[in-house]
Amino acid sequence: MRHTLAHGRRTIGPASPLASLVIDGRQDGGDRRQPGGPEAKPATLYTPTCLAFDLRSGDVRDLLTRLRRRYRYSIILLRAMVASDFKLKYQASILGYLWSLLKPLALFTILYFVFVKLLRIGVSIPHYAIYLLFGIVIWGLFAETTNSGVPSLVQKADLLRKISFPRYVVVVAVGVSALISFGLNMIVIVLFVGLARLPLTLDVLWLPLLLLELIAFCVSFSFFLSALFVRYRDMSYIWDVVLQAGFYATPIIYPLSLVHYAFARFLLFNPIAQIIQDARYVLVTKQTETMTQAFGTPWARVVPVTITIALLTSSVLFFRQRSPSFAEEA
Amino acid sequence: MAEAVIQVRSVCKDFSLPHVRQRTLKSRAIHVFRKRREVEVQHALRDIDFDVERGEFLGVVGRNGSGKSTLLKILAGIYKPTSGRTATSGRLVPFIELGVGFNPELTGRQNIYLNGALLGFSKAEVDEMYDDIVSFAELEGYMDQKLKFYSSGMQVRIAFSVATRARADVLLIDEVLAVGDEAFQRKCFEHFHALKKRGTTIVFVTHNMSAVRQFCDRALLIEDSRIVAEGDADDIATQYTQLFTPTAHTAQSPAAPEPEEAAKDRWGEGGAHYTSVIAPQAVTTEDDIVIELEAAADSDIDEAVFGLLISNSSGTVVLGTDSLLRKTRCGGLQASQRVRAQWSVPNVLSDGLHYVDVSIIDDGGTVHDYWKDAASFTVVKDEKSPYAMTPDTTFTFERLNGESGALSPSGSDGSAQSRSDDATV
Repeated sequence: MRHTLAHGRRTIGPASPLASLVIDGRQDGGDRRQPGGPEAKPATLYTPTCLAFDLRSGDVRDLLTRLRRRYRYSIILLRAMVASDFKLKYQASILGYLWSLLKPLALFTILYFVFVKLLRIGVSIPHYAIYLLFGIVIWGLFAETTNSGVPSLVQKADLLRKISFPRYVVVVAVGVSALISFGLNMIVIVLFVGLARLPLTLDVLWLPLLLLELIAFCVSFSFFLSALFVRYRDMSYIWDVVLQAGFYATPIIYPLSLVHYAFARFLLFNPIAQIIQDARYVLVTKQTETMTQAFGTPWARVVPVTITIALLTSSVLFFRQRSPSFAEEA
Repeated sequence: MAEAVIQVRSVCKDFSLPHVRQRTLKSRAIHVFRKRREVEVQHALRDIDFDVERGEFLGVVGRNGSGKSTLLKILAGIYKPTSGRTATSGRLVPFIELGVGFNPELTGRQNIYLNGALLGFSKAEVDEMYDDIVSFAELEGYMDQKLKFYSSGMQVRIAFSVATRARADVLLIDEVLAVGDEAFQRKCFEHFHALKKRGTTIVFVTHNMSAVRQFCDRALLIEDSRIVAEGDADDIATQYTQLFTPTAHTAQSPAAPEPEEAAKDRWGEGGAHYTSVIAPQAVTTEDDIVIELEAAADSDIDEAVFGLLISNSSGTVVLGTDSLLRKTRCGGLQASQRVRAQWSVPNVLSDGLHYVDVSIIDDGGTVHDYWKDAASFTVVKDEKSPYAMTPDTTFTFERLNGESGALSPSGSDGSAQSRSDDATV
């Protein structure tokens, strides 16, 4: 079915859903923005009815191919952006992406000497070294995603002004890059876990879910911050400070047991604190304060999970609402 | 009736000027009580309406800043119109410039993959066409060098080579021909010919009027954010060229030349002065160039000589003469006598803008009025030449060996024969 102007006989202003639908090709047939796709079909503009997946045919495979076709361009772009970011990041450095491993190790060594040997904070917790490193690595994903997410749109301003493509790809690409170094860091963690002969339990199966929550949390901040930074360049300074404060407000370098328990409960509402404590619990040691211990029920996790979902939803909505103006403002 | 692939209906685009935009929280906080309405709005496009039919090659022309590129960006979906709507059907290449996303720190190979991805090609698809792209760009052996070590010409070749791979029903092109040497431009043209043959719909923004004449079926002239003319590409190209002849084609001089302007562009003893110099706006091949002059004497002059010079846009004097040389006497002038003169020249000049200098001299050699660039006109010719003049010259050819019958009208049979012998040796 083709959109003709007869289709929108009513006066069409900027607020008209039809207008935005036709102009913003990403929201309707994503096809239209896949210029190089193999199955070049003759001019077709998809109406919303085409988008509602035709479930009568009842074929899941059909749905999958539709989805794949719809996000084909995004996926191609995402891969290209991540690949070139990766190449650029470690260019002209001799050790290359080994740095992704060495950096957390170096930081770990410093913190270990300061907090374990000098200040003797973590004596109550077995394997405090791994415990510390794991926290740092998880926090590192959050810090890297958001730090490089803030200026991501503005850095790609040239692209935004010259090509029409789904804007979220830029922010997601930054997240994927951070996820890659997170993966490398996790290799170090797994290595230490193996060396320390820590007992592996079925609890480990929680890790993918925790990772999902972590990614959702990181990405939602990235969406908010990158979109805000386009208009308010103060965002980068503000975020520096917030991140610094967040580092200390999260039980990363200190065990939660050092904090007054009422305050510890409050800190755990922070999704990233909940994630770090849970991850340590399932992988490193049971002697760590998770929400189950602090509140006496595992269901207390509903709060940080809800916060994460709410953040993700609102950030996506906010980003979508702002994205048409990125080309002009970035 | 052909099908419209692009429909644009009463599209307006406003930009709020950046210097007023509140970019920092501080200014936002300071101005919190101020009404947010207080932004200066710039109208980039007003009431734009047009259709592009399937397979059509539409040129969009206009001065810098007239809104052409904004229009293209709205068509591409990069900008959202403030009001109005556009509908595009078919696969649209979102590319409006060459080499978008090129990164100087990456190698040629990596940039091809990146650029290909922006065009919507997966890695496997680029793999397949990679060799063709490189050989089309004639850059074999350079692909593992960083792009920053490429010359700009090489970069453009790579970019264009990738861009030609784009499979699209609708192509939006912004000023591709502004870059690259002649060989590259020829390649562009060949590519456009091929696209046109394939039935691709093309919207083409350019300042190159010969390209408009050559390729476009139709053109839009955008001036001051509106479409001021729409129609045949030739007519629009002519109208566009006329935009650049100074706004008053007729330079009406004040009673006496202003002192400031007298310094450089106008000088003389003041015994007589031109009151008006009128040149035609545009001269096409068939017309003579007719310059109409009016002058007034301020004192008695024994014998007034009217002189004219024509120079082209690069400042080269192309031709000049005066009434004494042409042996056309004007005679003496008394104070406050007014004279009208007409000077006509066969149109031997080349395509482009020309300026006219006029002067009044007396037989004693006193310059009474010299007016530089008193008027200007544009010659519009199909023949584009780098030289100052393009008179109607004729070539004749005859083949001197082989079949009989083609003999030189002037030379004898013998000489023609001997030349043909030389040629066959």
